Amino acid sequence: MNARIVAASASGLVMSVGLCLSGITNPTKVLGFLDFLGRWNPTLAFVMLGAVATHSLLYRAITRRARPILDAEFSVPTKTALDWQLVVGAAVFGVGWGLAGYCPGPVIAALGSGGSAALVFAGGMLGGMAAYGVWSRGPRTLASALGRGAAPDTRTSGARES
Amino acid sequence: VDLPAIAEALVGGVLIGAGASLLLLFNGRLAGVAGIVAGLLQRSPGERGWRAAFVIGLLGGGIVFGWLRPSAFAPSPVSLPLAALAGVAVGVGARLGGGCTSGHGICGVSRLSRRSIAATLTFMSTGALVVGLLHILRGTP
Repeated sequence: MNARIVAASASGLVMSVGLCLSGITNPTKVLGFLDFLGRWNPTLAFVMLGAVATHSLLYRAITRRARPILDAEFSVPTKTALDWQLVVGAAVFGVGWGLAGYCPGPVIAALGSGGSAALVFAGGMLGGMAAYGVWSRGPRTLASALGRGAAPDTRTSGARES
Repeated sequence: VDLPAIAEALVGGVLIGAGASLLLLFNGRLAGVAGIVAGLLQRSPGERGWRAAFVIGLLGGGIVFGWLRPSAFAPSPVSLPLAALAGVAVGVGARLGGGCTSGHGICGVSRLSRRSIAATLTFMSTGALVVGLLHILRGTP
């Protein structure tokens, strides 16, 4: 268990240094990147290029192993069908991203610097996630959505995908 | 063309991909930040440790950069109420859509997942539309 925690925190740290260095923690740059219809700033396209090139190579190498180093199996989603939840969810996500220029990883890294916009955005994001949890499971699981219970999770593949 | 910014974007991207690969190699998990954070809100206690550790790593990198280079964290140009509303949209959207910019945009696209490619094209499009609409409403170029 301790080794898993060390590995996960190292992974979060490396990712965070990458996010901060790349410029994606700066909302003005993000909004410039999304400004296809105006003055497009393509710099952040290179973040995606670097990340996808690296991870697609390493993903293939790593999943050739029988199992991860610290667990019994890889947890990778198997769902392939497109559904309305995927499209509507991604559309709503994009609206929030385009409004403020933050998405989940960069905003958590930005919390470390103590900006009020990042704090308020992250509060709204956690509230939205908790509200979705309540809506998708029904009111009886309110306690678990707030982190006090251990309700069985039937949406594993969706959760792991993200 | 701002070459240093492009180099930093590329190296930053490589580190993001490397961090995601570490999580896969050791823990067998995809580094979708929204899913990891949401799991902290609702999963069984046994699943919470590595998720919390990952989030602490994310926060730690931000704290280090806050010292070294505070300019990496220019505040969002929008008002705080709008930032809160945007946060709610990102939280609900990421859960309903099963992922965010890291889970779909990086991990999913790297796996060539059809769902993730569709999600990435969708959130890039609506994001661009919102940015364009705001320019029109505010009368900015």
